[in-house]
This record gives sequence, structure tokens and C-alpha cells, in this order.
Amino acid sequence: MKDMIQTKSLTFHYPVEEGEPAPNVLRGVDLTIEQGSFVVILGHNGSGKSTLAKHMNAVLVPSAGQVLVDGLDTAEEENTLDVRRCVGMVFQNPDNQIVANVVEEDVAFGPENLGVPTEEIARRVTESLQAVGMEEFALHAPHLLSGGQKQRVAIAGVIAMEPMCIVLDESTAMLDPSGRREVLETVGRLNREKGITVVLITHHMSEAVDADRVIVMDNGRVAMDGPPMEILTQVERLRQLGLAAPPTVLLLSALQKDGWDVSLEALTVESCADEICRALGA
Amino acid sequence: MTLEPIIRVDHLTHTYGEGTPFCRSAVKDVCLDIYPGEFLGMIGHTGSGKSTLIQHLNGLLKPTGGRILFHGRDIWADGAKIRDIRFKVGLVFQYPEYQLFEETVGKDIAFGPRNMGLEGDALQERVEEAAGFVGLPAELLDKSPFELSGGQKRRVAIAGVIAMMPEVLILDEPSAGLDPAGRDSLLQNIRSYHEATGGTVVLVSHSMDEVAENADRIAVLADAGVALCGTPREVFSHGEELEAVGLTVPQVTKVAMELHRRGVDIDPAVYTIEELHRALSALRRGGAPC
Repeated sequence: MKDMIQTKSLTFHYPVEEGEPAPNVLRGVDLTIEQGSFVVILGHNGSGKSTLAKHMNAVLVPSAGQVLVDGLDTAEEENTLDVRRCVGMVFQNPDNQIVANVVEEDVAFGPENLGVPTEEIARRVTESLQAVGMEEFALHAPHLLSGGQKQRVAIAGVIAMEPMCIVLDESTAMLDPSGRREVLETVGRLNREKGITVVLITHHMSEAVDADRVIVMDNGRVAMDGPPMEILTQVERLRQLGLAAPPTVLLLSALQKDGWDVSLEALTVESCADEICRALGA
Repeated sequence: MTLEPIIRVDHLTHTYGEGTPFCRSAVKDVCLDIYPGEFLGMIGHTGSGKSTLIQHLNGLLKPTGGRILFHGRDIWADGAKIRDIRFKVGLVFQYPEYQLFEETVGKDIAFGPRNMGLEGDALQERVEEAAGFVGLPAELLDKSPFELSGGQKRRVAIAGVIAMMPEVLILDEPSAGLDPAGRDSLLQNIRSYHEATGGTVVLVSHSMDEVAENADRIAVLADAGVALCGTPREVFSHGEELEAVGLTVPQVTKVAMELHRRGVDIDPAVYTIEELHRALSALRRGGAPC
């Protein structure tokens, strides 16, 4: 698999006045995100996960180290546009990223700025709205949509630029469970059907269950990195990192401490029930 | 309950944009009683009308139909009194950290009580007490609110409402966007506030787990009305109805429902890990087969 995003000893601090201390928000992050993968990045507030995300499309550039997006160094100014064409970003607050008064115009905003011909824009807008299930809202006013619908419009706006990768920076944090599900299903489908690489930043553990890979950030470094089953079952380690394992795992862990012969590897309701039944039957 | 409600929502209807093509009733013929000293959870998906409903409780919105009674009196009966209602029913909006504006944290928290006419030591005491309730260390009071982290800013905004000592404290999604550790500690603060003051708390949330862990009673809003109302156990025993209105029961309840479906003798309405853990332990001691 080709590398989509690569960070090499990525270190970052926000600019400060001369003479002031410059605390590093990222302290040597080495990551390789493969093309076509679905990666979830977890971490408590202040762990550096959003700062890391902002390096993935050159919103921020490293203070030291390097970030390569599809082989392009994000610190080189002449690469900025290509990097952003390659990696689209969806932010947290749906109200901060809608620019037009009509949904289809909002989705067209990105490709227009890339200089895409008009007929081609029309095709992309239609297809992108279809991809997020919002085609019937093409002529609606965005401010009258629900939060989940607004985020799907924002995602359509990103897809219309035909990126290879989408980074969602806590894009589900302000949504209710059904809005969150809408967004997750949408990006899951884009990943499976169009092969778009997805990097999802969140602190909802439940969103990590279906990922290919889970990365946990802490104090500006990568603290854990592996498949969901391996990461989400480490109850104590997650707690130390300010996160909580899924309720199914916590339940099994409590039973295990009581001497039940159960495995913690149950991320779904069904597998959790399986484990309990097996132990009860034994 | 034979208690008199502190707030009674009496056939409340609110229609936005009447006479325009966007005319829509966000709240339709809602009746709900809120009792003194209770911790009420209010849950509903986006667009269910919960934000519109709570903005009526302190008179920010005027009903287009029905009434809001506070201690049995219609809050709009005498327009001049509506200002008092806003002090007595404190509303913390979603993302309240965007509403901070003062030079220091202390001044920001003092804004509400100062407007109520408090000054001097009494005001200072009120500010310190409110800061204590939300877990803000005293040394932060002299800092600019803009130097604080997002979670701390939110605590400042909540303290600003607590400092008015409202009889009813309404919090709209207080934990949205916080990480699990921040969420737990903020909710712990709110619970301690509730226990220490005996005040009425209304917690609006779309996390079932959150209301299940905290509330005495839950009101479920759907399609501009109250779909279910009762203790967490009563509400979660309607798992399928909840899913039908776009909400889900807590994960633990789902596991209990699944075990129940498979014939394990478990109450399908349990909603905390501890409870299910206890029930399973008891079951195993009894040697029940699956």
C-alpha cells in the first residue's frame, strides 16, 4: 500500500513572543497512514490530536521534523495547494464551515476555487451530494438544516474537490447520536466504495470500533497504535490516558476481576452477550 | 408525586416563522412538570424541540400557545416580572464558553449576581462559592478567561449562572465536546452542586449514558413533544420505542436486552455497568444456565 500521509519526528509549538517559553504541543510524532485505510485518532483534550490533524493538510506546518502528504513536503509553500487538493478537512463546528446561502453553491465553493470547469462542477456537486445522501436538499438553505445534515454538506464540499484523503477533526463532537451515525456511515461508505483514506479524530470510543487502526495520542506523542480490538480492550492503560474503554469491555473486565472466565475482546453487544453466555453455561 | 411542581409546562406550543413558508412548530402541545429538588434529564435528538422548550422555561421565548407556570403562576401574566424569572431559572446554553466577555474570570462570574444588586463581600463570596462548585481553583479568578482551556472556560460560564443561585439550573449539553475525563469531572461537580444546594437541575443531553448515570427522572422529547417520561428504568424498558425516535438505550442496556432475548434471567432495563455486573454475579451464584 502506498503511503498517504507520513510524519517524521513531527514537532510543533505555537508561535510565542520572543523570550517566552514555547511548549511543544507535538513532540516527535512518527506515523505512516496508508492509502485507503480508515484510521481513528483518540486522545483527551490537549493531547495534541487536533494539532496533529491540522498538519495533515498544511493548516499548520512543523516547527521541526517533516510531514509528507502523497510524498509532498507540507512545509514547502509551492506544495500547499496540492496538499490541500489531496487532503480535505472537515472541522468540528458545522456552522463555521458553511459559506453559501444555498447547499449546492456551498458544495461548489471548493471546486470553483480549484478552477474546475462549470459543467464539471455541476457533475461533482450532484455526485457529492448523492454520496452523502443530501441530494434532495441541493436547493435548501444550509442554516435551516440539522447539525448532522450540515456536516454532511461540509463533507460533500470536501468530496467535490475529489481528495484522496478526508480528515475529520472532531466533526462528530457537536452532533447527536443519529447525526453522528449519519456522518460515520457516510465516511465509512466513501472509504469502502471510493477508496478514500479517512482519518477521524474523536474522543468517542464507539467510533473507533470499526476502524482499521486506532492511534491514541497523549502529551504530544503517540501513546498507543494498533487494531481496535487490541487498543480498546486495554482498560487500565486507556484510563491512564484519560479515556474510557467501551462499556462492553468495562463490563467484561469487572466480571473477569471476579474470576469469570471471559475474554475482553468484545466490542459489540452481540459478542459481549456471547462471552457472558459462554461463561454462564460453562 | 404529590409535590407541587416548581415549573409546569402547560400545553406549550411554539411555532417559528408563522405566516412564512418555513412555518414549523418546534414544540407542540407539551405538558411537563418539573419538581423542586429533582435532577431531571431531558433527552432528544437534534430538532426534537428540546432547546426551544428550555428557552421557554426562563422566558427567553414566549409561547405561541399554552403557558409556563413557575410556582403555579404564569410567568407571562405580568410582563414586568420576567426579569425575576431569569434570575430564578438559570439557563446555561450550549457552548457557553463563547459567551465569556469580561477581563477576569472573577468579573465574568460576578456579572449575573451584580445585576441582581449584589455587591462587596456578599458578591465576592457568591463568586468564590460558585467557582468552588464547578471546581475552579481560586487563583484562576484573577486571570483572563481567554487564557483558560476550553473545559475551564465552560466551567467559568456555568459558575456565572450558579452564582445567581437560581432555584432551577438548566444546562444545555454541558459536556458536549469534552473528553471522557473532563465530562466525568464536570458531571460530578454538577451532582455535588445538586446535593449541596438541593436545587432543581435540568440536564439536557443527547447521551443516554449521561442522563442514565445522573438523573432521577428522564423526559424523552421527540417530534416536538414528550414521548416518554419516567425514572431511567421506566424509560429504558422502552428500548424499541427509543430507537424508533432516533435515540439509543445505553450500551449496557443493549447487552442486558440481548441476554434477556437469549433467555438469560436478566432485567432488560438495567442501565449501569455496576448494576448489570451485580445482577450477573447474583445469577452465577444461583447457578443459572444460559
